[in-house]
Amino acid sequence: MPDGTLIITRSGRSRWRDSLIVAVMAAAAGVAILVTLGIVMSLVFETILFLKKIPISNFLFGLEWSPQTAIRSDQVGAEGSFGVLPLINGTLLISAIAMAVATPLGLTSAIYLSEYASKRARDWVKPALEILAGIPTVVYGFFAALTVAPFIRMTGGQFGFEVASESALAAGLVMGIMIVPLISSLSDDVINAVPQSLRDASLGMGATQSETIRRVVMPAALPGIAGSLLLATSRAIGETMIVLMAAGLAAKLSLNPLDAVTTITVQIVALLTGDQEFDSAKTLSAFALGLLLFILTLIMNVIALRIVKKYREQYD
Amino acid sequence: MINFTQQAGFGLRRRKRAEARFQWAGRGAILISLAFLVVMFVSIIRDGAGVVWQSQIAVTVELSADEVDPENIGDASFNSILKEALREAFPEVDSRKEKKRLYGLVSSEAAFEIERQIRDNPALLGGMQTLWVTASDDADLYISGQVDTELPEKQRRVSDAEIAMLDQLLADGMAREAFNRGFFTSGDSREPEIAGILSSLAGSALTLLVCFVLSFPLGIGAAIYLEEFAPKNRMSDLIEVNINNLAAVPSIVFGLLGLSIFLGTMGLPRSTPLVGGMVLALMTLPTIIIASRAALRSVPPSFKEAALALGATPVQAVFHHVLPVAMPGMLTGAIVGMAQALGETAPLLMIGMVAFIVDVPTSILEPATALPVQIFLWADAPERAFTEKTAAAIIVLLTFLILMNLIAILLRRKLETRF
Repeated sequence: MPDGTLIITRSGRSRWRDSLIVAVMAAAAGVAILVTLGIVMSLVFETILFLKKIPISNFLFGLEWSPQTAIRSDQVGAEGSFGVLPLINGTLLISAIAMAVATPLGLTSAIYLSEYASKRARDWVKPALEILAGIPTVVYGFFAALTVAPFIRMTGGQFGFEVASESALAAGLVMGIMIVPLISSLSDDVINAVPQSLRDASLGMGATQSETIRRVVMPAALPGIAGSLLLATSRAIGETMIVLMAAGLAAKLSLNPLDAVTTITVQIVALLTGDQEFDSAKTLSAFALGLLLFILTLIMNVIALRIVKKYREQYD
Repeated sequence: MINFTQQAGFGLRRRKRAEARFQWAGRGAILISLAFLVVMFVSIIRDGAGVVWQSQIAVTVELSADEVDPENIGDASFNSILKEALREAFPEVDSRKEKKRLYGLVSSEAAFEIERQIRDNPALLGGMQTLWVTASDDADLYISGQVDTELPEKQRRVSDAEIAMLDQLLADGMAREAFNRGFFTSGDSREPEIAGILSSLAGSALTLLVCFVLSFPLGIGAAIYLEEFAPKNRMSDLIEVNINNLAAVPSIVFGLLGLSIFLGTMGLPRSTPLVGGMVLALMTLPTIIIASRAALRSVPPSFKEAALALGATPVQAVFHHVLPVAMPGMLTGAIVGMAQALGETAPLLMIGMVAFIVDVPTSILEPATALPVQIFLWADAPERAFTEKTAAAIIVLLTFLILMNLIAILLRRKLETRF
């Protein structure tokens, strides 16, 4: 009988210890939620302070971006202008160039790798492409600013185009290459999830392999591919270092890829590095830009992740 | 009827050509991406390889007791000793402008280098000594053959007079290229010929240390909970969606979080590896959690069931039997996460790790910078000689990343061969 009591107390203690361990691990999982809350709260809090100084309509619909700290508080334009549209223009222009490069490259690579390549070739080419995703963005930025931008300027000059030394094209091109592996690996998953029976049916009716891919596999994989493209776009919008080093600071409303434009991320860095005073509209505007960026990418990510996930399950 | 078959024949040929084109488009796309990779690597290696060698110039300095008091080395004016020695070597130089050019052949740190050599070896004192000092960045460009002498004088950084002096030094064996130890053993500097990566490497190491200590236990704890213990309810779903979304949040947003909460609300010291590591830990957390969950899932359920059947509690079953098997996979995830953190720049800019750091940081509470930030700073510097340093720093960064990924791949192989 004393033995029995001993066992009960031991298991009682270890049960208590077990639930403590589980609770600690649950708390670790909760940190993920805390991080999101922290991001939202810090951004929202500072943005509210910002919007007390600058009306929200000026921020969202203003056509001029020139944040400056006034030397005297009564001078004309002391507050600077905080119209975000030129920044959105620049961000979307560069992202569009990047996607125009990455979509055809990424999709055709994914199709080739999943439908044509031998297993040996796949085993070599896939990791090689993934290297592109593993290179730090600051390296791409250096390459874009030092090699690609002068090259584009020189080539453009030969054809009589006026190319800014920090052109949207250089930043977009390099960024496009950077997101190729993102698109190709996500699309690869989606294409592989299309059931073989669909392909067999099409091939059995006498279609060639490329016809099968274009008319049967692609339509079946389309929503998932759209999801992966959306995810890649969100990545392009949030990218900082390449645009910081290769795209410049000029806030311009322009759709010309040879112009210098600036992006939301570049302005956040420009506003927050160097001397800063807290509570000035200039510093606070960086957080408003951050919130805008966060909301924009979050919406895209949520939609994209939902599509990709739903789509994977559909054929499982 | 014949017409019909012929048509079908033409159609077939057209379709086969379309098929071939389609395949070539796929190969072409892969080739373009890989070609870009190769061109980028080659151009960076070409730009950065020169950093291995550094030009030095020999000066014959007078170190008699009159000039340098052996009891009190710090009082001596090494700058004037150096200038004196340079004037002796080129007695024909007399105008102010030419003298300035002459002094400009050696690095502005050269006087300190002489002082350091004497402190390291006081036996040098007491007479004439020939010492090697670092050449200036422009002189280095010429000595390493990077100056195109065909260009008109106005278009190059090195003038004809300087070239004449350097040629004389080279002919006398008073200028040489030596292995550039300084690049790996000294900190940042305003002078490109002196600047090294040690301070930023140390900063990166400290930052990664903080990042690992925070994110690895948190990530593993979260992964074990979500995979083995979490009840299937809305809360778990919410956490799961949340983690997937966090993985896709732009890195700069994490920097804003760090700036506002770690620096603003919590008042932690700016520019330190502590804050940098905390921000990067939050960023790499999703990567580690996702990889660790995959590792846990790959352990056959029979392991856990066998332990449970023998009377282990669920916690014991997981910690004694599942975790050890999943560990290599989790470590792989952690290393991949650390590699990501090592290359991350933008969030560190937000929390002020862009400071100009000369000294090598030794604690996580000292201001520091990180290797990718150093690359960003050097890439921005106007001196042409910094381009070489930038490319070389990139090569060092990529070498570390390749090593980390190799370790991760080897670990993964080991894990895969077990089942």
